[in-house]
Amino acid sequence: MGLKTGKQVGLAALIAMAAPLVLPFSANGEVFELSSLANLYEGVSFDHDMHIEAVADDCSLCHHHTAGTPPEEPTCIPCHKNSPEADSPACSSCHLIEPFSSANLAISEENPLLHHKMKPGLKAAFHQNCMGCHQETGGPVGCQDCHAMTEKGEKFYNTGQYAPKPRTETGHH
Amino acid sequence: MKKLNRRNFIKGSLAGGIATVAASGKAKKASAAGGDFGGYPESMGVLVDMTKCIGCRTCEAACNKEQGLPEPDKPFDDYSVFDEHRHGGLPRRTTEKAYTVVNRYNVEGRDHPLFRKFQCNHCNEPACLTSCFVNAYTKTPEGAVIYNPKVCVGCRTCMVACPFYVPAYSFTSAINPVVKKCIMCYDTRLKFGRPPACVESCPQGVMTFGKRKDLIALAHQKIEGNPGKYVDHLYGEHEVGGTSWMYLSDVPFDKIGFDMHLGKEPIISYVKDFLAMVPMVLCIWPALFTGFHLLSTRKQANKEESPKA
Repeated sequence: MGLKTGKQVGLAALIAMAAPLVLPFSANGEVFELSSLANLYEGVSFDHDMHIEAVADDCSLCHHHTAGTPPEEPTCIPCHKNSPEADSPACSSCHLIEPFSSANLAISEENPLLHHKMKPGLKAAFHQNCMGCHQETGGPVGCQDCHAMTEKGEKFYNTGQYAPKPRTETGHH
Repeated sequence: MKKLNRRNFIKGSLAGGIATVAASGKAKKASAAGGDFGGYPESMGVLVDMTKCIGCRTCEAACNKEQGLPEPDKPFDDYSVFDEHRHGGLPRRTTEKAYTVVNRYNVEGRDHPLFRKFQCNHCNEPACLTSCFVNAYTKTPEGAVIYNPKVCVGCRTCMVACPFYVPAYSFTSAINPVVKKCIMCYDTRLKFGRPPACVESCPQGVMTFGKRKDLIALAHQKIEGNPGKYVDHLYGEHEVGGTSWMYLSDVPFDKIGFDMHLGKEPIISYVKDFLAMVPMVLCIWPALFTGFHLLSTRKQANKEESPKA
């Protein structure tokens, strides 16, 4: 019973956290939290309006081939040049939240379309999309410039309160 | 019966020698025709797209936790480690405390530095395995090169044999120093079909996990599909007979510390003909040279014996 309740709460929390991702149009004019993947780092407060201005209303720069534009990746074009617009412009509708779960790994293993094996998970999709642009345009690129590290993160990276004690130099290296 | 004199003996041993050489030549041809191993066909692998790596060192932290390695000298979010160099200006390498390291390369003409993740490449025909005289190493059908620390005697031959300088040594252990290296998370992940911890932890999706043969096809599709983006070479496809870990780069591999002179032959090819000769040499040479010795000293012995007779 306790497990079931836990699962339900977890599911509800997941839906609540993923809500901004599946409701992008209501996100116009909002700063919303991309927090469905928060773990080692907290979620990102994403200023959607500011980014719309930054890309001069070219939604397809981020929402590639989900905003009425054809795909630009050379490897996608041969098959997808006439594909219809995706049902949802949300990143998570294509990019899996858990790309390394057993079920998703099995699907990927069986998929004969090699390029689909390389479709990044949601975390990698966010980072590739954001970092690619930020490096070119001078946006923030440091990990903690976008999201603060959690306590779990500090433990994982052996930093902050879990940082290694400075060792006495022996002169050997 | 023909009398055995020196001339006949030398004739006979020469003929025998020629026969031996001819036989070993035939054996060599046979092994080239169908005896080469060439790697497990269903082996898994990892394709590393180095153009995507941002040098965050999350993979290093993930490896540390997954393998239960000791606390690092510096936090994993301390990027001053990229400025650390070993003797001779060489970048960081794997150690007993770190089975994977990320190094930074400032390449001329590239806007951003390139980061290269370094760990065991899990060769199809590993030199470490070939060199190990206690058979501590195993190449599993899943692709990992694992080792049994219980039988390792700490001779460090594998460290010399490895063309990538991967195995490290637990110099800090006074009682039982052994070799330490990446095992592709075999015990905890790979044998259950899951990718190594570093692959899963990467926020940039730099690494793709899958069947090695699929990854080779995928890599070539990527190279051909994005003209000008990648160097037309998949490092690890053929190097030393092929490795489970393979790399794509947008700068020439020799500029980022990859050895481009390893050749396509697995290291074992250079030694197996020689090693096959060893037992034969051990059997034939003692008899042969004892014969020579007896023949050359017989006259002397006869002379010494004859006055008495």
